[in-house]
Amino acid sequence: MKKYLSFFRLRFSMGLQYRVAAFAGLVTQFAWGGMLILAYRAFYRADPNAFPMTFQATATYVWLQQAFLMLFQPWGFEYDILEAISSGSVAYELCRPVSVYNMWFARTVATRASATFLRCWPVLILGALLPAPYGISAPSCVQQLLWALLSGILGMLVSSAICMLVYFSTFYTVNSTGVRTISACLTDFLQGSVIPLPFMPDGIRQVLELLPFAATLNAPLRIYSGDIAGITLIRTVVLQFFWLGVLVAAGKLLERNAMKKTVIQGG
Amino acid sequence: MIEVSHLRKTFRVAKRNAGFSQALKALFHREYEEIHALDGVSFSIGEGEMVGYIGPNGAGKSSTIKVLSGILTPDSGECLVDGQVPWKDRVNHVRQIGVVFGQRSQLWWDVPVIDSFELLKEIYAVPEDLYRKNLSELTELLNLSELLRTPTRQLSLGQRMRCEMAASLLHSPRILFLDEPTIGLDAVSKLAVRDFIKQLNREHKTTVILTTHDMQDIEALASRVLLIGKGRILLDGTLEDIRLASSGDGGKNIDETLAQLYKQYEI
Repeated sequence: MKKYLSFFRLRFSMGLQYRVAAFAGLVTQFAWGGMLILAYRAFYRADPNAFPMTFQATATYVWLQQAFLMLFQPWGFEYDILEAISSGSVAYELCRPVSVYNMWFARTVATRASATFLRCWPVLILGALLPAPYGISAPSCVQQLLWALLSGILGMLVSSAICMLVYFSTFYTVNSTGVRTISACLTDFLQGSVIPLPFMPDGIRQVLELLPFAATLNAPLRIYSGDIAGITLIRTVVLQFFWLGVLVAAGKLLERNAMKKTVIQGG
Repeated sequence: MIEVSHLRKTFRVAKRNAGFSQALKALFHREYEEIHALDGVSFSIGEGEMVGYIGPNGAGKSSTIKVLSGILTPDSGECLVDGQVPWKDRVNHVRQIGVVFGQRSQLWWDVPVIDSFELLKEIYAVPEDLYRKNLSELTELLNLSELLRTPTRQLSLGQRMRCEMAASLLHSPRILFLDEPTIGLDAVSKLAVRDFIKQLNREHKTTVILTTHDMQDIEALASRVLLIGKGRILLDGTLEDIRLASSGDGGKNIDETLAQLYKQYEI
């Protein structure tokens, strides 16, 4: 366990190193979040009853999404890993006395968690200070907050497990661009990053909510806002555990196969 | 320490002629050529030996190193390193070995070298006191004290190579594989690296296998030379044996002698 935690230490110190990047990222998140909320406000003005979530709930969703962007973001690959697989530097990774899957999983989680930890506070604080209904609303009870936290951690693990599939596919395709782009675009849309899943038409929505992508961003944010509660909440969290198990098992299978047939090219 | 017998590995390489029509043809029908990277390689190396592994480009040197370090599974043949089959139990095997790939890097690009070392310490689970001891010894021998706090990206190639060496030895491996460790280094760095390898072998009885194209490396380091060509071991002896095997006159320098020998063996 200690060896995996050391990735966090390294990632934290790396994250702290890039101050300008963090600042620029923050500015983007504020601008993007503000823009989305203004756009939604225009829609809600036309007919507030046409929407499945209240404006307040939507605003909360948008700010939380911005605050925890790095935690679930579908583009959050470890580019070093992809680069190492394509270039062959992965030879070194294979010379380490640890499971490659576990090592890369820890790295991915470490990057996501440390980047989020360094960046989420300004958005959360400012979001909480904004006047209703434009800011983040408080959760109705502590229990709800705890469920959202658990679901958030699961969501981050599921997001990372999706990334792992992309890494190991690179052992077969050599260049990761195709799989990476498809995976990121699909996840982006299907996890509710573009529009929250409740906004999807009936029929499609029910299917999307069962997919692993919904187990990332969609679940914790809607649990927080109270949109998912009661028996649906239990079902959502169980589904998150289920997808985490399936994705990790699939990744490990892919790993075993890749290790057997890997050829590090070049001298 | 190392027993290798009848190792074989064949790669399939896609080939086509130049031109658009050929490219179009290759879209539907690929022609593959089988390359016998290893074609029945056998040798054995005792504990504490320092062996130079030479041969022209594409002879199978790197493939052998990859098999020995457990990252390439051969098609057939047997291989025992310290009583273990490298590719069977990769994780346990790699604990015993250190590898330096001269053309790749194992240090984290953005952070000071010492951070990479600390991470390796955790990954190999090196006890704290052993780590301290190894680090101070390596720092002294490789003259690293000025470099440890510098980010890897700001090191020169020679400085980086010294750090790579140290990184591969932090866990006191009993066997060290060096794949072209002096490639691209200036005279001073080359001498420093050679001196260090000699000292390591003398004081710690580390078994060293070194591939190189620089015959001065071999003259300085290896008491025994393995010559490989077209996937076969062609000569196993001392540098003197190489001089004797070459049919040319004795006055030429070692590079010319070797080139003559390659010609004789038609490799």
